[in-house]
Amino acid sequence: MNPPVKPIIRARGLTKSFGPVAVLRGIDFDVMPSQVKVVIGPSGSGKSTLLRCCNGLETADGGSLEICGQTLVDAGRMLPDAALNALRMNVGMVFQSFNLFPHLTVLGNVTVAPRKLRGLSAAEADATARRLLDKVGLRDKTDAYPGTLSGGQKQRVAIARALAMQPQVMLFDEPTSALDPELVGEVLRVMKALAGEGMTMMVVTHEMAFAREVADVVAVMDQGVVLESGPPEQIFDQPLHARTREFLQAVSTRA
Amino acid sequence: MDFDFSPVWSGWSDLAHGALITVEVTTGAIALGCVIGLLIGLGRLDPRRRLVFGACTAYVSFVRGTPLLVQLFIWFFGLPHFGINLPAFFCGVVGMGMYSGAYVSEIVRGAIQSVDRGQMEAARSLGMPYRMAMREIIVPQAVIRMIPPLGNEFIALIKNSSLVSLLTIADLMHEGQKIISVSYRSLETYLAIALVYFVLTNLTGLALRRVERKLGAGGMLQ
Ligand SMILES: Nc1ncnc2c1ncn2[C@@H]1O[C@H](COP(=O)(O)OP(=O)(O)O)[C@@H](O)[C@H]1O
Ligand SMILES: [Mg+2]
Repeated sequence: MNPPVKPIIRARGLTKSFGPVAVLRGIDFDVMPSQVKVVIGPSGSGKSTLLRCCNGLETADGGSLEICGQTLVDAGRMLPDAALNALRMNVGMVFQSFNLFPHLTVLGNVTVAPRKLRGLSAAEADATARRLLDKVGLRDKTDAYPGTLSGGQKQRVAIARALAMQPQVMLFDEPTSALDPELVGEVLRVMKALAGEGMTMMVVTHEMAFAREVADVVAVMDQGVVLESGPPEQIFDQPLHARTREFLQAVSTRA
Repeated sequence: MDFDFSPVWSGWSDLAHGALITVEVTTGAIALGCVIGLLIGLGRLDPRRRLVFGACTAYVSFVRGTPLLVQLFIWFFGLPHFGINLPAFFCGVVGMGMYSGAYVSEIVRGAIQSVDRGQMEAARSLGMPYRMAMREIIVPQAVIRMIPPLGNEFIALIKNSSLVSLLTIADLMHEGQKIISVSYRSLETYLAIALVYFVLTNLTGLALRRVERKLGAGGMLQ
């Protein structure tokens, strides 16, 4: 018998408060290798906080979180700094607001971390970066500064930057929410291709068409808990909870 | 009313030498002030590190809360009472450098805190340790924002450097006073040295604007 496949992310009873506000109130979930998990839910339900807990940008107060077989946080105790930094190299993060480094060129953005952290030579890092920029369709922007790029281009650079560390899992926090509508497609295409290559992904998004097409599992968050989760057809076509129906209704009428 | 600039002309080589000393003292003080300012500024970023933060804050409030002249006198006239005799030039550079460091630290801190929080988060989420993220990502962006206020600080320092003449340092001010003491042509001499200070401060301002433009052209400014 094969050993059971271990989840890349495993959360149990995760809680997090900001002062008196309980933002996560007991979250359980697994993200399996090569799985694409899409997290949806109303604004303020704790989606970003959950994602930020997964790479240690926030410390969960309670419960446990295992990433790539390592315990990131357990009962409020965080992995020590050195181990946390090493773990973060395996967890790519893409932010809503891109957060590209404006003082570095596109190539610099994609190579700085692999050079400094993975010990790659400039030539090696450049070669990898060019391959990744090719993949996200930005080969010709290598020497441009982020300030000269469109939002869609910035986000594709940000994806390449995260991929350059060869992470085992990619976290996306509303990667298209800051984009003009006509630029959303180019970013989603890159993400879809990534999913097709077997990348493990956890994606917070309001792009329901993307969720339906690309997600293996859709989780619905509301007020700090996962209301329900399951395959996209089930969530979108036969949601169990009234709150899920209300949310889907609201999203579809807004679009 | 008669103007007589001839003592200034005949003393021009002394004035030139004094100007050179002024430039040397100021350059040394700026260099020291920048190093101190960077360290103190970094030390005041995180109030949760109480000891470092407290020590750095105490430094800034002491230095900014007392006159530069008093600080210079402590170095040059005060320390000898403990048997510590330091050369005048050293006292001038260190006294001014430490004074300037307090102001530079506020510039450094302000510039670093003005860098978007997302930059640190992006750097950390790639796996960079805090110090590396500071060095590679945050400080380079902060530097360009420091240039205009640093320009003001350097200019203030050039002007304040005239105080070191009171430590027997033969700077521009000191040489000017020597000319006055023999010629009694104070207005002409002070006008002449004012002009030299004016040129020094404006050259500094111009140079920093050029640096800023150059860095800005590199894409640092968004
Ligand atoms: N750093 C913080 N300090 C205080 N409150 C926060 C902080 N981050 C998030 N919150 C609060 O936590 C709640 C959930 O936020 P968030 O995780 O961003 O939700 P979502 O991403 O689903 O919109 C919100 O009410 C928000 O105001
Ligand atoms: Mg959010």
